[in-house]
Amino acid sequence: MARAVTPQVKARRSLVGLAVIVLALVALNFLGVLLAPGATFGTKVQSFVPKLGLDLEGGTQIILQAQTTNGKPPTADQLNQSVAIIRQRVDAGGVSEAQISTAGGQNIIVSLPGTPSQATINSVKSSARMDFRSVLLTSAATTSSVGSKAKPYTPPASLSNQPSTKPTNGSDLAYVTPYLRDLYDHYTCGQDTSAAQQSLKHPGDPLVTCDPTGTVKYLLGPVEVQGTHIANATSGIATTSQGATTGQWVVNLTFDSTGAKQFSTVSSRLVALTPPQNQFAIELDGKVIEAPAVNQAITNGQAQISGSFTQESAKALADQLKFGALPISYKVQSQDTISATLGSTQLLSGLIAGLIGLVLVVGYSLLQYRTLSFVTVGSLVISALLTYLVIDFLSWREGYRLSLAGVAGLIVSIGITADSFIVYFERIRDELREGKALVGAVEAGWRRAIRTVLASDGVNFLAAAVLYLLAVGDVRGFALTLGLTTLIDVVTVSLFTHPILQLIARRPFFAEGHRFSGLDPRALGAVYRGRGSFRAPVAATGAVLRSRGEAVRRQTIAERKAAEQGISARTGSIDTIQEDRD
Amino acid sequence: MAGFTSFGNDLYTGAKSIDFIGRRRLWYLIAGVAILLSIVIPILRGGYHFGIEFTGGSEYTVSKAPQSLVSNTTIGADAVHSVVSNLESTVSIVGGSNVRVQTAQLSSDASEKVAGALAKAYHVPVSDVTSSFIGATWGADITGTAVRGLVVFLVLVTIVMALYFRTWKMSVAALIALAHDLILTAGIYGIVGFEVTPAAVIGFLTILGYSLYDTVVVFDKVRENTSRLTADSPRTFAETVNLAVNQTLVRSINTSIVALLPIAGILFIGAALLGAGTLRDISLALFIGIIVGTYSTIFLATPLYTDLRSTEPAIKLGTRRALAARARA
Repeated sequence: MARAVTPQVKARRSLVGLAVIVLALVALNFLGVLLAPGATFGTKVQSFVPKLGLDLEGGTQIILQAQTTNGKPPTADQLNQSVAIIRQRVDAGGVSEAQISTAGGQNIIVSLPGTPSQATINSVKSSARMDFRSVLLTSAATTSSVGSKAKPYTPPASLSNQPSTKPTNGSDLAYVTPYLRDLYDHYTCGQDTSAAQQSLKHPGDPLVTCDPTGTVKYLLGPVEVQGTHIANATSGIATTSQGATTGQWVVNLTFDSTGAKQFSTVSSRLVALTPPQNQFAIELDGKVIEAPAVNQAITNGQAQISGSFTQESAKALADQLKFGALPISYKVQSQDTISATLGSTQLLSGLIAGLIGLVLVVGYSLLQYRTLSFVTVGSLVISALLTYLVIDFLSWREGYRLSLAGVAGLIVSIGITADSFIVYFERIRDELREGKALVGAVEAGWRRAIRTVLASDGVNFLAAAVLYLLAVGDVRGFALTLGLTTLIDVVTVSLFTHPILQLIARRPFFAEGHRFSGLDPRALGAVYRGRGSFRAPVAATGAVLRSRGEAVRRQTIAERKAAEQGISARTGSIDTIQEDRD
Repeated sequence: MAGFTSFGNDLYTGAKSIDFIGRRRLWYLIAGVAILLSIVIPILRGGYHFGIEFTGGSEYTVSKAPQSLVSNTTIGADAVHSVVSNLESTVSIVGGSNVRVQTAQLSSDASEKVAGALAKAYHVPVSDVTSSFIGATWGADITGTAVRGLVVFLVLVTIVMALYFRTWKMSVAALIALAHDLILTAGIYGIVGFEVTPAAVIGFLTILGYSLYDTVVVFDKVRENTSRLTADSPRTFAETVNLAVNQTLVRSINTSIVALLPIAGILFIGAALLGAGTLRDISLALFIGIIVGTYSTIFLATPLYTDLRSTEPAIKLGTRRALAARARA
């Protein structure tokens, strides 16, 4: 036979559950700190403190609006491509911990902590485009770690950068001047960030650059076909001329009429050349994303790129090619540079103000709820602990950063969290006024209070969720902390506040309604009647009633108990009383 | 506090009862006048004072400038002029030792130079100069998405409340009270002439949540009390609703004080330390909003709900019977 589950057993179970949640969160955070890549025993990359937003930490935030040349808003795909490209640029600039995210349909938010160089900021803002160039030279690259601080190599000025003879076409090796040859020979991938700018500004000049992984370097001829001439790009499985599938993933590329003509000229020329000059490079934002060799002259504008593609890599390339068809430029919506000094003063005064507010809250609840307010304070502490742990976890896993707006959300949540306790305590007091003993009052009060708490928190959470999903920038940070604390409020009130009350309800100090317990039935003016009864309507008003209340209040507990039994014995239930009155 | 506790007791038993519902015409009148003033006065004062995020421009904040230089506002203007002659600038002191300089929108290069010139003029390192460049559409963008969020939220919350309370009338009453709160808060912004910034918009959105939150708490008590109401009850529907409001009055007062204390902390203490900024803007909107939100739940939402329900035949019948029974007694 199972033992009857008493409120105490339930309370202990709830508290154990809460302890498990807290411990799990602490363990997760420890895991985050200890397992962070690059962490050694001595130095930790991650810390137990959540990462701060730019407005608190200092740095530069640029909000860009992506614009396509045809004036239509960019698609989600294009926006994601833009983010990938900007991330590449920022990484190349050596800025670590940059945050790049999309927001509100066509905005891209780039957050660069610290003091990023003007070159990095400029590179972020420049538009991205795709071009086709012929490969002149290529070889494996000497890699150096991406974003290393070493200065890019500059060839000595004595070397000539003038072709000895005028190049006749895009594959003419006359483009390889002694200067470029020297640059190419010494070129290390990952140090140079200027290729994208160089390509954008001087499309008619040769270009030295790498592939995005920094393993192959190229010396390329001038731009021969612009990405805007791509009509479409798809990925699929290749078929033979008989229509049988070969099982090989390929990318099909279709040019518009101008592009078809230009590509026909290029491919007819390249097919006759020896490797590596028979390759053409697809260059996106200064990096060679693919450099296929030409097997045959393509005169109809329908090219097929084959190689060791998987389904994903074929689709990725097709997407990049489609993106190239619509170059995206970025309009700066806002650019904020926040000094670290201002950020830390803001944080400090925000914390001081919040702390003072918290002390006032504790003081007020002490006045109102006496000893019971320790439960309030304990619950607030538990909420704060849970919130801190979750934010720290989000900061580690999701790259969440606490911003000033987020701090505001946290401070607002103090009120909403405290309200749950107030609603609960007031319901318990109501039950005490009805004449219930404390243990019963806690259970009955809880059943009513949790309904209200869930309904009101539900509305609040809904507001936070809608704001989070639809809004941009600061509003999101605010909505996140608000939503989070609303959820934590429900957890705290049901797994901490209620179980603690269930347990202390048995303690004589509270059960007997000590003057300082905050649950003193005498102070609450309890009128003992039948159990489970609710107060009969008060038809009489004014002096009569007040004096009756007075008399009741002056009774001793024993007298009231007696009166209670008397009423129960006489009428059995309150309903009878009501009928009598009617 | 014993006085407050027994006040709570009397409210609970009905020994003391504040007639919120009975005097509803008065509250409606007050609300109507307040809404009218909130709309008319800002218009008379020449509309809202929009922040740089809405108008576009460049803004610089020099942190911790020497006290002797802060008070002299021509230093900032001169520094701006040294870069771009005849560029108008507004120089203001925020939070004691910070200087804020606002100008029309500058190019990226000129913006850099102005920041440098300001740092030199105020004898601080360039890293202590915060600069913002804001396109004119940014604030509008934020507001645009916020308004979209608002509409979606209102539709959802109306449905959720109607389902939870099993009556659309509570949703309607809550939404009217919410509209009242938003108009009043916006009105106070306009009347006092505070700058409307995206941070204020965030604060505004929170009022939305809080106002409804507060209304739901009180309505839940109303639901609890009125669900036991039958046609034979000795109390009228309006009286039952009024008792519910009185019974939750102590909660309303306690909650709003507890919610206001930390916000007041930020608003008065934080603002004194910081001056204008995100925190002040948010907390100001919230401070006004929480007071108005708590007030409107009691004085507007519940009376409106009573009026909406009072035409229902069952409730009319109950009211007639209760009054007749009382007349007989």
